Amino acid sequence: MSNNRDENNLIGGDVSGAKRTNNILGDRIFRIVLTLCAALILVIVVAMIAVMTQSSWLSIKEFGFGFLTGQTWDPIKGEFGALPFIYGTLVSAILALLIATPISVGVAVFLVEQAPKKLARPMAFLVELLAAIPSVVYGLWAIFVLAPLLRVYVQPFLQETLGFLPFFKGTANGIGMMSGGIILAIMITPIITAVVRDVLEAVPVTQREAALALGATRWETTKIVLANANSGIAGAIVLGLGRAIGETMAITMIIGNRPEISASLFDPGYTIASVIANEFTEATGDLYLSALIEMGLILFLVTFIVNGLAKLLILSVARRTA
Amino acid sequence: MDKRRLTNTIMTTLTAVCAFGVITILVFVLGYVAFQGISSLSWQFLVQTPKPVGEGGGIGNAIVGSLILLGLASLVGIPLGITIGTYLAEMGDGWFGTIVRFVADTMIGIPSIVFGVFVYAVVVLQQGYFSTLAGALSLALIMIPIVTRTTEEMVRLVPKSMREGALALGAPQWRVTKDIVIPAAMSGIATGAMLAVARVLGETAPLLFTAFGSRFYNIYLDEPMASLTVQIYNYAISPFEEWHAKAWAATLVLVTLILFINIIVRFLTRQKY
Repeated sequence: MSNNRDENNLIGGDVSGAKRTNNILGDRIFRIVLTLCAALILVIVVAMIAVMTQSSWLSIKEFGFGFLTGQTWDPIKGEFGALPFIYGTLVSAILALLIATPISVGVAVFLVEQAPKKLARPMAFLVELLAAIPSVVYGLWAIFVLAPLLRVYVQPFLQETLGFLPFFKGTANGIGMMSGGIILAIMITPIITAVVRDVLEAVPVTQREAALALGATRWETTKIVLANANSGIAGAIVLGLGRAIGETMAITMIIGNRPEISASLFDPGYTIASVIANEFTEATGDLYLSALIEMGLILFLVTFIVNGLAKLLILSVARRTA
Repeated sequence: MDKRRLTNTIMTTLTAVCAFGVITILVFVLGYVAFQGISSLSWQFLVQTPKPVGEGGGIGNAIVGSLILLGLASLVGIPLGITIGTYLAEMGDGWFGTIVRFVADTMIGIPSIVFGVFVYAVVVLQQGYFSTLAGALSLALIMIPIVTRTTEEMVRLVPKSMREGALALGAPQWRVTKDIVIPAAMSGIATGAMLAVARVLGETAPLLFTAFGSRFYNIYLDEPMASLTVQIYNYAISPFEEWHAKAWAATLVLVTLILFINIIVRFLTRQKY
Protein backbone atom coordinates (compact mmCIF):
# COMPACT_ATOMS: atom_id res chain seq x y z
CA MET A 1 0.00 0.00 0.00
CA SER A 2 2.75 2.47 0.96
CA ASN A 3 4.50 1.57 -2.26
CA ASN A 4 1.46 2.62 -4.19
CA ARG A 5 1.33 5.94 -2.48
CA ASP A 6 4.96 6.57 -3.35
CA GLU A 7 4.25 5.86 -6.97
CA ASN A 8 1.36 8.26 -6.92
CA ASN A 9 3.64 10.87 -5.43
CA LEU A 10 6.29 10.27 -8.04
CA ILE A 11 3.96 11.15 -10.86
CA GLY A 12 1.98 13.47 -8.66
CA GLY A 13 3.17 16.56 -10.56
CA ASP A 14 0.20 16.67 -12.88
CA VAL A 15 -2.29 14.57 -10.94
CA SER A 16 -4.59 16.66 -8.87
CA GLY A 17 -4.80 15.92 -5.16
CA ALA A 18 -8.46 15.06 -5.44
CA LYS A 19 -7.83 12.44 -8.10
CA ARG A 20 -5.05 10.89 -6.06
CA THR A 21 -7.33 10.48 -3.06
CA ASN A 22 -9.95 9.08 -5.42
CA ASN A 23 -7.55 6.44 -6.63
CA ILE A 24 -6.53 5.48 -3.14
CA LEU A 25 -10.18 5.33 -2.13
CA GLY A 26 -10.95 3.26 -5.22
CA ASP A 27 -8.20 0.82 -4.35
CA ARG A 28 -9.49 0.52 -0.85
CA ILE A 29 -13.06 -0.18 -1.95
CA PHE A 30 -11.78 -2.65 -4.53
CA ARG A 31 -9.80 -4.52 -1.92
CA ILE A 32 -12.72 -4.59 0.50
CA VAL A 33 -15.16 -5.91 -2.12
CA LEU A 34 -12.79 -8.66 -3.24
CA THR A 35 -11.96 -9.64 0.33
CA LEU A 36 -15.66 -9.84 1.21
CA CYS A 37 -16.31 -12.13 -1.76
CA ALA A 38 -13.39 -14.31 -0.72
CA ALA A 39 -14.75 -14.41 2.83
CA LEU A 40 -18.02 -15.71 1.37
CA ILE A 41 -16.37 -19.09 0.74
CA LEU A 42 -15.56 -19.36 4.43
CA VAL A 43 -19.09 -18.24 5.29
CA ILE A 44 -20.54 -20.96 3.06
CA VAL A 45 -18.47 -23.70 4.69
CA VAL A 46 -19.25 -22.51 8.22
CA ALA A 47 -22.94 -22.18 7.30
CA MET A 48 -22.94 -25.73 5.94
CA ILE A 49 -21.57 -27.11 9.18
CA ALA A 50 -23.92 -25.01 11.30
CA VAL A 51 -27.08 -25.72 9.30
CA MET A 52 -26.46 -29.43 8.98
CA THR A 53 -25.61 -29.74 12.67
CA GLN A 54 -28.76 -27.88 13.60
CA SER A 55 -30.95 -29.88 11.21
CA SER A 56 -29.58 -33.17 12.48
CA TRP A 57 -29.70 -32.16 16.15
CA LEU A 58 -32.73 -34.36 16.80
CA SER A 59 -30.81 -37.42 15.70
CA ILE A 60 -27.55 -36.38 17.37
CA LYS A 61 -29.39 -35.90 20.67
CA GLU A 62 -31.30 -39.17 20.35
CA PHE A 63 -28.43 -41.47 19.39
CA GLY A 64 -25.20 -39.65 20.34
CA PHE A 65 -22.08 -41.51 19.31
CA GLY A 66 -24.14 -44.69 19.20
CA PHE A 67 -25.26 -43.47 15.78
CA LEU A 68 -21.85 -44.42 14.41
CA THR A 69 -21.86 -47.92 15.88
CA GLY A 70 -25.54 -48.79 15.59
CA GLN A 71 -26.21 -51.65 13.19
CA THR A 72 -29.96 -51.29 12.73
CA TRP A 73 -31.50 -48.97 10.18
CA ASP A 74 -35.21 -49.24 10.70
CA PRO A 75 -37.23 -46.17 9.74
CA ILE A 76 -40.48 -47.77 10.84
CA LYS A 77 -39.31 -48.36 14.41
CA GLY A 78 -37.37 -45.10 14.37
CA GLU A 79 -34.05 -46.80 15.00
CA PHE A 80 -31.10 -45.41 13.09
CA GLY A 81 -27.52 -46.71 13.14
CA ALA A 82 -24.93 -45.77 10.55
CA LEU A 83 -22.47 -48.65 10.86
CA PRO A 84 -23.59 -50.69 7.81
CA PHE A 85 -23.32 -47.54 5.70
CA ILE A 86 -19.92 -46.58 7.08
CA TYR A 87 -18.77 -50.14 6.43
CA GLY A 88 -20.11 -50.13 2.88
CA THR A 89 -18.55 -46.76 2.15
CA LEU A 90 -15.14 -47.76 3.48
CA VAL A 91 -15.03 -51.21 1.88
CA SER A 92 -16.11 -49.98 -1.55
CA ALA A 93 -13.66 -47.06 -1.35
CA ILE A 94 -10.75 -49.26 -0.26
CA LEU A 95 -11.56 -51.80 -2.94
CA ALA A 96 -11.56 -48.97 -5.48
CA LEU A 97 -8.19 -47.71 -4.22
CA LEU A 98 -6.65 -51.20 -4.37
CA ILE A 99 -7.60 -51.42 -8.02
CA ALA A 100 -7.07 -47.81 -9.06
CA THR A 101 -3.78 -46.96 -7.32
CA PRO A 102 -1.38 -49.29 -9.16
CA ILE A 103 -3.11 -48.63 -12.47
CA SER A 104 -3.09 -44.85 -12.00
CA VAL A 105 0.58 -44.80 -11.02
CA GLY A 106 1.30 -47.00 -14.05
CA VAL A 107 -0.56 -44.65 -16.37
CA ALA A 108 1.17 -41.59 -14.90
CA VAL A 109 4.61 -43.20 -15.16
CA PHE A 110 3.92 -44.13 -18.77
CA LEU A 111 2.73 -40.62 -19.65
CA VAL A 112 5.54 -38.75 -17.87
CA GLU A 113 8.53 -41.08 -18.03
CA GLN A 114 8.08 -43.20 -21.13
CA ALA A 115 5.71 -42.04 -23.82
CA PRO A 116 7.01 -39.60 -26.42
CA LYS A 117 5.51 -36.10 -25.97
CA LYS A 118 3.49 -36.40 -29.17
CA LEU A 119 1.71 -39.47 -27.82
CA ALA A 120 1.60 -38.43 -24.16
CA ARG A 121 -0.46 -35.26 -24.66
CA PRO A 122 -3.46 -36.71 -26.47
CA MET A 123 -3.37 -39.77 -24.23
CA ALA A 124 -3.38 -37.60 -21.12
CA PHE A 125 -6.38 -35.74 -22.53
CA LEU A 126 -8.24 -39.00 -23.12
CA VAL A 127 -7.55 -40.15 -19.56
CA GLU A 128 -8.87 -36.81 -18.31
CA LEU A 129 -12.02 -37.25 -20.39
CA LEU A 130 -12.78 -40.28 -18.26
CA ALA A 131 -13.27 -37.85 -15.38
CA ALA A 132 -15.63 -35.71 -17.45
CA ILE A 133 -18.18 -38.50 -17.86
CA PRO A 134 -21.01 -37.95 -15.34
CA SER A 135 -21.53 -40.32 -12.45
CA VAL A 136 -25.04 -41.26 -13.57
CA VAL A 137 -23.64 -42.42 -16.91
CA TYR A 138 -21.17 -44.72 -15.17
CA GLY A 139 -24.07 -46.02 -13.12
CA LEU A 140 -26.11 -46.80 -16.22
CA TRP A 141 -23.13 -48.52 -17.82
CA ALA A 142 -22.46 -50.47 -14.64
CA ILE A 143 -26.02 -51.77 -14.43
CA PHE A 144 -26.23 -52.97 -18.01
CA VAL A 145 -22.62 -53.84 -18.91
CA LEU A 146 -20.40 -54.28 -15.88
CA ALA A 147 -22.80 -56.21 -13.64
CA PRO A 148 -23.75 -58.83 -16.26
CA LEU A 149 -20.06 -59.19 -17.16
CA LEU A 150 -19.17 -59.88 -13.53
CA ARG A 151 -22.12 -62.18 -12.96
CA VAL A 152 -21.51 -64.36 -15.98
CA TYR A 153 -17.71 -64.46 -16.24
CA VAL A 154 -15.70 -62.95 -13.40
CA GLN A 155 -17.54 -63.96 -10.26
CA PRO A 156 -18.05 -67.66 -11.13
CA PHE A 157 -14.35 -67.81 -11.98
CA LEU A 158 -13.35 -66.23 -8.66
CA GLN A 159 -15.68 -68.59 -6.83
CA GLU A 160 -14.09 -71.62 -8.45
CA THR A 161 -10.50 -70.60 -7.86
CA LEU A 162 -10.63 -68.57 -4.64
CA GLY A 163 -14.00 -69.61 -3.29
CA PHE A 164 -12.47 -70.76 0.00
CA LEU A 165 -11.93 -67.09 0.95
CA PRO A 166 -14.81 -65.35 2.73
CA PHE A 167 -14.69 -62.51 0.16
CA PHE A 168 -15.89 -64.70 -2.67
CA LYS A 169 -18.74 -66.63 -1.05
CA GLY A 170 -22.44 -66.36 -1.70
CA THR A 171 -24.39 -66.01 -4.90
CA ALA A 172 -22.81 -64.21 -7.81
CA ASN A 173 -25.41 -61.73 -8.97
CA GLY A 174 -23.30 -58.90 -10.34
CA ILE A 175 -24.96 -56.17 -8.31
CA GLY A 176 -23.00 -55.66 -5.10
CA MET A 177 -19.88 -54.49 -3.35
CA MET A 178 -17.51 -55.77 -6.02
CA SER A 179 -19.22 -53.96 -8.91
CA GLY A 180 -19.36 -50.85 -6.73
CA GLY A 181 -15.63 -50.99 -6.05
CA ILE A 182 -14.80 -51.51 -9.71
CA ILE A 183 -16.95 -48.66 -10.98
CA LEU A 184 -15.49 -46.37 -8.30
CA ALA A 185 -12.01 -47.46 -9.39
CA ILE A 186 -12.73 -46.43 -12.98
CA MET A 187 -14.04 -43.08 -11.77
CA ILE A 188 -11.10 -42.19 -9.50
CA THR A 189 -8.35 -43.41 -11.83
CA PRO A 190 -8.22 -40.17 -13.87
CA ILE A 191 -8.11 -38.11 -10.67
CA ILE A 192 -5.22 -40.05 -9.10
CA THR A 193 -3.42 -40.16 -12.46
CA ALA A 194 -3.63 -36.39 -12.90
CA VAL A 195 -2.14 -35.67 -9.48
CA VAL A 196 0.62 -38.30 -9.80
CA ARG A 197 1.51 -36.84 -13.20
CA ASP A 198 1.90 -33.37 -11.69
CA VAL A 199 3.96 -34.76 -8.85
CA LEU A 200 6.27 -36.74 -11.16
CA GLU A 201 6.73 -33.70 -13.38
CA ALA A 202 7.82 -31.72 -10.32
CA VAL A 203 10.75 -34.09 -9.68
CA PRO A 204 13.86 -32.43 -11.20
CA VAL A 205 15.19 -33.87 -14.48
CA THR A 206 18.70 -33.93 -12.99
CA GLN A 207 17.66 -36.85 -10.77
CA ARG A 208 16.73 -38.91 -13.79
CA GLU A 209 19.90 -37.91 -15.62
CA ALA A 210 22.05 -38.81 -12.64
CA ALA A 211 20.47 -42.24 -12.33
CA LEU A 212 20.73 -42.95 -16.05
CA ALA A 213 24.35 -41.76 -16.10
CA LEU A 214 25.15 -44.25 -13.35
CA GLY A 215 23.89 -47.01 -15.60
CA ALA A 216 20.42 -47.49 -14.15
CA THR A 217 17.76 -48.90 -16.44
CA ARG A 218 14.65 -46.92 -17.22
CA TRP A 219 12.60 -48.74 -14.59
CA GLU A 220 15.30 -48.29 -11.93
CA THR A 221 15.34 -44.58 -12.71
CA THR A 222 11.56 -44.50 -12.43
CA LYS A 223 11.76 -46.20 -9.03
CA ILE A 224 14.08 -43.42 -7.80
CA VAL A 225 11.71 -40.78 -9.15
CA LEU A 226 8.74 -42.51 -7.50
CA ALA A 227 10.59 -42.73 -4.19
CA ASN A 228 11.19 -39.00 -4.37
CA ALA A 229 7.58 -38.26 -5.08
CA ASN A 230 6.14 -40.66 -2.50
CA SER A 231 4.38 -38.15 -0.29
CA GLY A 232 2.78 -36.57 -3.34
CA ILE A 233 1.61 -39.98 -4.51
CA ALA A 234 0.22 -40.58 -1.03
CA GLY A 235 -1.62 -37.29 -1.44
CA ALA A 236 -3.03 -38.44 -4.77
CA ILE A 237 -4.26 -41.67 -3.19
CA VAL A 238 -5.89 -39.82 -0.30
CA LEU A 239 -7.55 -37.49 -2.80
CA GLY A 240 -8.86 -40.54 -4.62
CA LEU A 241 -10.14 -41.90 -1.32
CA GLY A 242 -12.05 -38.66 -0.74
CA ARG A 243 -13.67 -38.92 -4.16
CA ALA A 244 -14.54 -42.58 -3.70
CA ILE A 245 -16.16 -41.90 -0.33
CA GLY A 246 -18.36 -39.15 -1.74
CA GLU A 247 -19.26 -40.71 -5.06
CA THR A 248 -23.02 -41.07 -5.16
CA MET A 249 -24.97 -41.87 -8.29
CA ALA A 250 -22.93 -44.64 -9.89
CA ILE A 251 -22.53 -46.55 -6.64
CA THR A 252 -26.17 -46.07 -5.68
CA MET A 253 -27.19 -47.69 -8.95
CA ILE A 254 -24.89 -50.69 -8.62
CA ILE A 255 -24.11 -51.56 -4.99
CA GLY A 256 -27.46 -53.14 -4.23
CA ASN A 257 -28.59 -50.81 -1.44
CA ARG A 258 -29.00 -53.24 1.43
CA PRO A 259 -27.76 -52.08 4.84
CA GLU A 260 -25.99 -55.29 5.80
CA ILE A 261 -22.44 -56.02 6.85
CA SER A 262 -21.13 -59.00 4.94
CA ALA A 263 -17.57 -60.12 4.27
CA SER A 264 -18.44 -61.33 0.79
CA LEU A 265 -17.79 -58.87 -2.00
CA PHE A 266 -20.57 -60.52 -4.00
CA ASP A 267 -23.19 -59.37 -1.52
CA PRO A 268 -25.02 -56.08 -1.79
CA GLY A 269 -24.03 -53.21 0.49
CA TYR A 270 -25.03 -49.61 1.06
CA THR A 271 -23.01 -46.40 1.34
CA ILE A 272 -23.58 -43.15 3.22
CA ALA A 273 -24.01 -41.17 0.01
CA SER A 274 -26.38 -43.79 -1.44
CA VAL A 275 -28.72 -43.83 1.52
CA ILE A 276 -29.04 -40.05 1.31
CA ALA A 277 -29.73 -40.21 -2.43
CA ASN A 278 -32.27 -43.02 -2.06
CA GLU A 279 -34.22 -42.17 1.04
CA PHE A 280 -34.08 -38.40 1.37
CA THR A 281 -37.25 -37.62 -0.54
CA GLU A 282 -39.09 -40.49 1.14
CA ALA A 283 -38.07 -39.63 4.68
CA THR A 284 -41.23 -39.38 6.70
CA GLY A 285 -40.92 -38.02 10.20
CA ASP A 286 -38.47 -35.55 11.67
CA LEU A 287 -36.15 -38.12 13.22
CA TYR A 288 -35.73 -40.00 9.94
CA LEU A 289 -34.89 -36.81 8.05
CA SER A 290 -32.62 -35.66 10.83
CA ALA A 291 -30.72 -38.96 10.75
CA LEU A 292 -30.22 -38.62 7.00
CA ILE A 293 -28.95 -35.06 7.38
CA GLU A 294 -26.55 -36.33 10.05
CA MET A 295 -25.28 -38.77 7.41
CA GLY A 296 -24.68 -35.76 5.17
CA LEU A 297 -22.83 -34.01 7.98
CA ILE A 298 -20.61 -37.06 8.53
CA LEU A 299 -19.89 -37.23 4.81
CA PHE A 300 -19.04 -33.52 4.77
CA LEU A 301 -16.68 -33.69 7.76
CA VAL A 302 -14.94 -36.87 6.60
CA THR A 303 -14.34 -35.67 3.03
CA PHE A 304 -13.30 -32.23 4.28
CA ILE A 305 -10.62 -33.78 6.51
CA VAL A 306 -9.53 -36.32 3.89
CA ASN A 307 -9.22 -33.64 1.21
CA GLY A 308 -7.37 -31.30 3.53
CA LEU A 309 -4.91 -34.08 4.30
CA ALA A 310 -4.45 -34.82 0.59
CA LYS A 311 -3.78 -31.16 -0.09
CA LEU A 312 -1.14 -30.97 2.64
CA LEU A 313 0.62 -34.09 1.32
CA ILE A 314 0.65 -32.77 -2.25
CA LEU A 315 1.84 -29.34 -1.08
CA SER A 316 4.74 -30.91 0.79
CA VAL A 317 6.15 -32.22 -2.50
CA ALA A 318 5.76 -28.88 -4.24
CA ARG A 319 7.56 -27.19 -1.37
CA ARG A 320 10.42 -29.70 -1.27
CA THR A 321 11.12 -29.53 -4.98
CA ALA A 322 10.66 -25.77 -5.26
CA MET B 1 18.88 -60.93 -21.19
CA ASP B 2 19.96 -60.32 -17.60
CA LYS B 3 17.55 -59.91 -14.74
CA ARG B 4 17.68 -56.10 -14.57
CA ARG B 5 16.85 -55.69 -18.21
CA LEU B 6 14.07 -58.24 -18.00
CA THR B 7 12.52 -56.36 -15.06
CA ASN B 8 12.86 -53.16 -17.03
CA THR B 9 11.09 -54.59 -20.07
CA ILE B 10 8.31 -56.12 -17.99
CA MET B 11 7.65 -52.97 -15.98
CA THR B 12 7.74 -50.55 -18.91
CA THR B 13 5.37 -52.84 -20.80
CA LEU B 14 3.05 -53.00 -17.80
CA THR B 15 2.79 -49.20 -17.55
CA ALA B 16 1.97 -49.03 -21.25
CA VAL B 17 -0.69 -51.69 -20.74
CA CYS B 18 -2.19 -49.61 -17.90
CA ALA B 19 -2.30 -46.48 -20.06
CA PHE B 20 -3.82 -48.14 -23.11
CA GLY B 21 -6.13 -50.21 -20.90
CA VAL B 22 -7.62 -47.10 -19.28
CA ILE B 23 -8.15 -45.50 -22.67
CA THR B 24 -9.79 -48.71 -23.89
CA ILE B 25 -12.29 -48.41 -21.04
CA LEU B 26 -13.07 -44.85 -22.13
CA VAL B 27 -13.60 -45.95 -25.72
CA PHE B 28 -15.68 -48.91 -24.55
CA VAL B 29 -17.96 -46.78 -22.35
CA LEU B 30 -18.41 -44.04 -24.96
CA GLY B 31 -18.82 -46.53 -27.77
CA TYR B 32 -21.45 -48.43 -25.84
CA VAL B 33 -23.37 -45.22 -25.07
CA ALA B 34 -23.30 -44.24 -28.74
CA PHE B 35 -24.30 -47.72 -29.90
CA GLN B 36 -27.20 -48.07 -27.44
CA GLY B 37 -28.31 -44.45 -27.59
CA ILE B 38 -28.45 -43.86 -31.32
CA SER B 39 -31.27 -46.34 -31.94
CA SER B 40 -33.81 -44.54 -29.74
CA LEU B 41 -32.79 -41.05 -30.72
CA SER B 42 -35.35 -39.15 -32.76
CA TRP B 43 -36.72 -35.65 -33.12
CA GLN B 44 -39.79 -36.57 -31.07
CA PHE B 45 -37.58 -37.88 -28.31
CA LEU B 46 -35.73 -34.57 -28.16
CA VAL B 47 -38.84 -32.38 -27.89
CA GLN B 48 -41.53 -34.42 -26.14
CA THR B 49 -42.14 -34.69 -22.41
CA PRO B 50 -41.93 -38.03 -20.56
CA LYS B 51 -44.97 -40.25 -20.95
CA PRO B 52 -46.15 -43.49 -19.33
CA VAL B 53 -44.55 -46.73 -20.49
CA GLY B 54 -45.57 -47.77 -23.98
CA GLU B 55 -46.61 -44.29 -25.11
CA GLY B 56 -43.25 -42.94 -26.22
CA GLY B 57 -42.27 -39.61 -24.75
CA GLY B 58 -38.97 -37.86 -24.57
CA ILE B 59 -36.62 -35.52 -22.81
CA GLY B 60 -37.53 -32.11 -24.24
CA ASN B 61 -38.46 -30.63 -20.88
CA ALA B 62 -35.37 -32.20 -19.28
CA ILE B 63 -33.05 -30.53 -21.81
CA VAL B 64 -34.71 -27.16 -21.25
CA GLY B 65 -34.65 -27.74 -17.48
CA SER B 66 -30.94 -28.56 -17.47
CA LEU B 67 -30.21 -25.40 -19.47
CA ILE B 68 -32.26 -23.21 -17.12
CA LEU B 69 -30.64 -24.72 -14.02
CA LEU B 70 -27.23 -24.34 -15.60
CA GLY B 71 -27.87 -20.73 -16.67
CA LEU B 72 -29.05 -19.71 -13.21
CA ALA B 73 -26.17 -21.49 -11.48
CA SER B 74 -23.66 -19.87 -13.85
CA LEU B 75 -25.16 -16.44 -13.19
CA VAL B 76 -24.19 -16.77 -9.53
CA GLY B 77 -21.27 -19.19 -9.58
CA ILE B 78 -19.13 -17.77 -12.38
CA PRO B 79 -18.91 -14.08 -11.36
CA LEU B 80 -18.37 -15.02 -7.73
CA GLY B 81 -15.73 -17.59 -8.63
CA ILE B 82 -13.92 -15.10 -10.86
CA THR B 83 -13.96 -12.43 -8.14
CA ILE B 84 -12.62 -14.78 -5.47
CA GLY B 85 -10.02 -16.20 -7.86
CA THR B 86 -8.87 -12.69 -8.71
CA TYR B 87 -8.56 -11.90 -5.02
CA LEU B 88 -6.43 -15.00 -4.45
CA ALA B 89 -4.14 -14.21 -7.37
CA GLU B 90 -3.78 -10.47 -6.82
CA MET B 91 -3.80 -10.08 -3.05
CA GLY B 92 -4.16 -13.56 -1.61
CA ASP B 93 -0.63 -14.18 -0.40
CA GLY B 94 -1.33 -13.37 3.24
CA TRP B 95 -2.77 -15.67 5.90
CA PHE B 96 -6.35 -14.91 4.92
CA GLY B 97 -5.71 -15.76 1.28
CA THR B 98 -4.01 -18.99 2.30
CA ILE B 99 -7.05 -20.04 4.33
CA VAL B 100 -9.50 -19.14 1.56
CA ARG B 101 -7.40 -21.04 -0.99
CA PHE B 102 -7.21 -24.08 1.27
CA VAL B 103 -10.95 -24.05 1.92
CA ALA B 104 -11.76 -23.58 -1.78
CA ASP B 105 -9.51 -26.50 -2.66
CA THR B 106 -11.08 -28.69 -0.02
CA MET B 107 -14.57 -27.63 -1.10
CA ILE B 108 -13.89 -28.95 -4.62
CA GLY B 109 -13.63 -32.43 -3.12
CA ILE B 110 -16.81 -32.27 -1.04
CA PRO B 111 -19.38 -34.70 -2.46
CA SER B 112 -21.98 -32.89 -4.52
CA ILE B 113 -24.80 -34.61 -2.66
CA VAL B 114 -23.75 -32.76 0.51
CA PHE B 115 -24.49 -29.45 -1.22
CA GLY B 116 -27.90 -30.88 -2.02
CA VAL B 117 -28.49 -31.75 1.63
CA PHE B 118 -27.40 -28.26 2.69
CA VAL B 119 -29.65 -26.49 0.17
CA TYR B 120 -32.52 -28.80 1.14
CA ALA B 121 -32.15 -27.78 4.79
CA VAL B 122 -31.76 -24.07 4.01
CA VAL B 123 -34.23 -23.57 1.15
CA VAL B 124 -36.54 -26.53 0.51
CA LEU B 125 -37.33 -27.24 4.13
CA GLN B 126 -38.08 -23.58 4.85
CA GLN B 127 -40.23 -23.05 1.75
CA GLY B 128 -41.89 -26.41 1.89
CA TYR B 129 -41.51 -27.28 -1.80
CA PHE B 130 -38.85 -28.35 -4.32
CA SER B 131 -37.84 -25.59 -6.68
CA THR B 132 -35.68 -24.61 -9.64
CA LEU B 133 -34.00 -21.97 -7.52
CA ALA B 134 -32.94 -24.53 -4.92
CA GLY B 135 -31.48 -26.76 -7.64
CA ALA B 136 -29.62 -23.88 -9.24
CA LEU B 137 -28.26 -22.79 -5.87
CA SER B 138 -26.81 -26.22 -5.15
CA LEU B 139 -25.15 -26.24 -8.58
CA ALA B 140 -23.80 -22.71 -8.04
CA LEU B 141 -22.20 -23.79 -4.76
CA ILE B 142 -20.40 -26.56 -6.65
CA MET B 143 -19.23 -24.14 -9.35
CA ILE B 144 -17.81 -21.42 -7.10
CA PRO B 145 -14.66 -23.21 -5.87
CA ILE B 146 -13.93 -24.71 -9.30
CA VAL B 147 -14.10 -21.34 -11.07
CA THR B 148 -12.14 -19.77 -8.21
CA ARG B 149 -9.19 -22.08 -8.61
CA THR B 150 -8.97 -21.95 -12.41
CA THR B 151 -9.32 -18.16 -12.35
CA GLU B 152 -6.51 -17.85 -9.82
CA GLU B 153 -4.21 -19.98 -11.97
CA MET B 154 -5.02 -18.00 -15.10
CA VAL B 155 -4.64 -14.57 -13.47
CA ARG B 156 -1.29 -15.64 -12.04
CA LEU B 157 -0.09 -16.44 -15.56
CA VAL B 158 -0.39 -12.76 -16.57
CA PRO B 159 3.19 -11.40 -16.59
CA LYS B 160 4.18 -9.06 -13.76
CA SER B 161 5.59 -6.59 -16.27
CA MET B 162 2.08 -5.80 -17.54
CA ARG B 163 0.93 -4.83 -14.06
CA GLU B 164 4.07 -2.81 -13.42
CA GLY B 165 3.73 -1.03 -16.75
CA ALA B 166 0.19 0.03 -15.99
CA LEU B 167 1.02 1.06 -12.42
CA ALA B 168 3.98 3.10 -13.68
CA LEU B 169 1.64 5.00 -15.98
CA GLY B 170 -0.25 6.09 -12.88
CA ALA B 171 -3.20 3.72 -13.03
CA PRO B 172 -4.62 2.77 -9.64
CA GLN B 173 -4.48 -0.87 -8.58
CA TRP B 174 -8.17 -1.55 -9.15
CA ARG B 175 -8.02 -0.31 -12.74
CA VAL B 176 -4.89 -2.35 -13.40
CA THR B 177 -6.67 -5.48 -12.24
CA LYS B 178 -9.99 -4.72 -13.91
CA ASP B 179 -8.78 -3.31 -17.24
CA ILE B 180 -5.39 -4.94 -17.79
CA VAL B 181 -4.98 -8.17 -15.85
CA ILE B 182 -8.47 -9.68 -16.13
CA PRO B 183 -8.85 -9.03 -19.88
CA ALA B 184 -5.41 -10.55 -20.44
CA ALA B 185 -6.46 -13.68 -18.55
CA MET B 186 -10.02 -13.70 -19.91
CA SER B 187 -9.76 -16.55 -22.37
CA GLY B 188 -8.22 -18.78 -19.70
CA ILE B 189 -10.88 -17.76 -17.20
CA ALA B 190 -13.60 -18.46 -19.77
CA THR B 191 -12.33 -21.96 -20.48
CA GLY B 192 -12.19 -22.64 -16.74
CA ALA B 193 -15.79 -21.47 -16.44
CA MET B 194 -16.81 -23.71 -19.34
CA LEU B 195 -15.25 -26.71 -17.64
CA ALA B 196 -17.20 -25.87 -14.48
CA VAL B 197 -20.38 -25.70 -16.59
CA ALA B 198 -19.60 -29.11 -18.11
CA ARG B 199 -19.02 -30.51 -14.65
CA VAL B 200 -22.36 -29.37 -13.17
CA LEU B 201 -24.21 -30.30 -16.35
CA GLY B 202 -23.47 -33.90 -15.35
CA GLU B 203 -24.49 -33.52 -11.71
CA THR B 204 -27.41 -35.61 -10.53
CA ALA B 205 -27.14 -36.11 -6.79
CA PRO B 206 -27.64 -32.50 -5.62
CA LEU B 207 -30.70 -32.11 -7.86
CA LEU B 208 -32.56 -35.16 -6.53
CA PHE B 209 -34.03 -33.28 -3.61
CA THR B 210 -33.67 -29.65 -4.67
CA ALA B 211 -34.95 -29.29 -8.25
CA PHE B 212 -36.46 -32.78 -7.84
CA GLY B 213 -37.65 -33.33 -11.41
CA SER B 214 -40.80 -32.71 -13.36
CA ARG B 215 -42.78 -34.26 -16.18
CA PHE B 216 -43.71 -30.99 -17.81
CA TYR B 217 -42.15 -28.07 -19.59
CA ASN B 218 -41.67 -25.45 -16.93
CA ILE B 219 -40.18 -21.99 -16.65
CA TYR B 220 -41.25 -21.08 -13.13
CA LEU B 221 -38.42 -20.78 -10.67
CA ASP B 222 -40.48 -21.75 -7.64
CA GLU B 223 -41.59 -25.07 -9.07
CA PRO B 224 -39.80 -28.42 -9.44
CA MET B 225 -37.67 -28.60 -12.57
CA ALA B 226 -36.68 -31.54 -14.76
CA SER B 227 -33.06 -32.14 -15.67
CA LEU B 228 -31.34 -34.48 -18.08
CA THR B 229 -29.38 -36.28 -15.39
CA VAL B 230 -32.30 -36.91 -13.03
CA GLN B 231 -34.38 -38.03 -16.01
CA ILE B 232 -31.64 -40.51 -16.99
CA TYR B 233 -31.53 -41.80 -13.43
CA ASN B 234 -35.29 -42.30 -13.29
CA TYR B 235 -35.33 -44.06 -16.65
CA ALA B 236 -32.33 -46.21 -15.72
CA ILE B 237 -33.63 -47.59 -12.41
CA SER B 238 -37.09 -48.35 -13.80
CA PRO B 239 -37.93 -51.98 -14.53
CA PHE B 240 -39.04 -51.24 -18.12
CA GLU B 241 -36.88 -52.08 -21.09
CA GLU B 242 -38.42 -49.30 -23.14
CA TRP B 243 -37.32 -46.78 -20.52
CA HIS B 244 -33.82 -48.25 -20.40
CA ALA B 245 -33.54 -47.50 -24.12
CA LYS B 246 -34.62 -43.94 -23.35
CA ALA B 247 -31.98 -43.72 -20.63
CA TRP B 248 -29.29 -44.62 -23.17
CA ALA B 249 -30.57 -42.10 -25.71
CA ALA B 250 -30.71 -39.34 -23.09
CA THR B 251 -27.22 -40.31 -21.96
CA LEU B 252 -25.97 -39.97 -25.52
CA VAL B 253 -27.33 -36.41 -25.61
CA LEU B 254 -25.79 -35.54 -22.23
CA VAL B 255 -22.39 -37.09 -22.96
CA THR B 256 -22.25 -35.45 -26.39
CA LEU B 257 -22.86 -32.03 -24.82
CA ILE B 258 -20.23 -32.57 -22.14
CA LEU B 259 -17.58 -33.97 -24.49
CA PHE B 260 -18.30 -31.16 -26.93
CA ILE B 261 -17.51 -28.56 -24.24
CA ASN B 262 -14.39 -30.44 -23.13
CA ILE B 263 -13.03 -30.77 -26.66
CA ILE B 264 -13.70 -27.11 -27.47
CA VAL B 265 -11.86 -26.09 -24.32
CA ARG B 266 -9.02 -28.37 -25.32
CA PHE B 267 -8.71 -26.70 -28.72
CA LEU B 268 -8.95 -23.21 -27.27
CA THR B 269 -6.18 -23.83 -24.76
CA ARG B 270 -3.91 -25.89 -26.99
CA GLN B 271 -2.32 -23.02 -28.87
CA LYS B 272 -1.51 -21.07 -25.78
CA TYR B 273 0.09 -23.18 -23.13
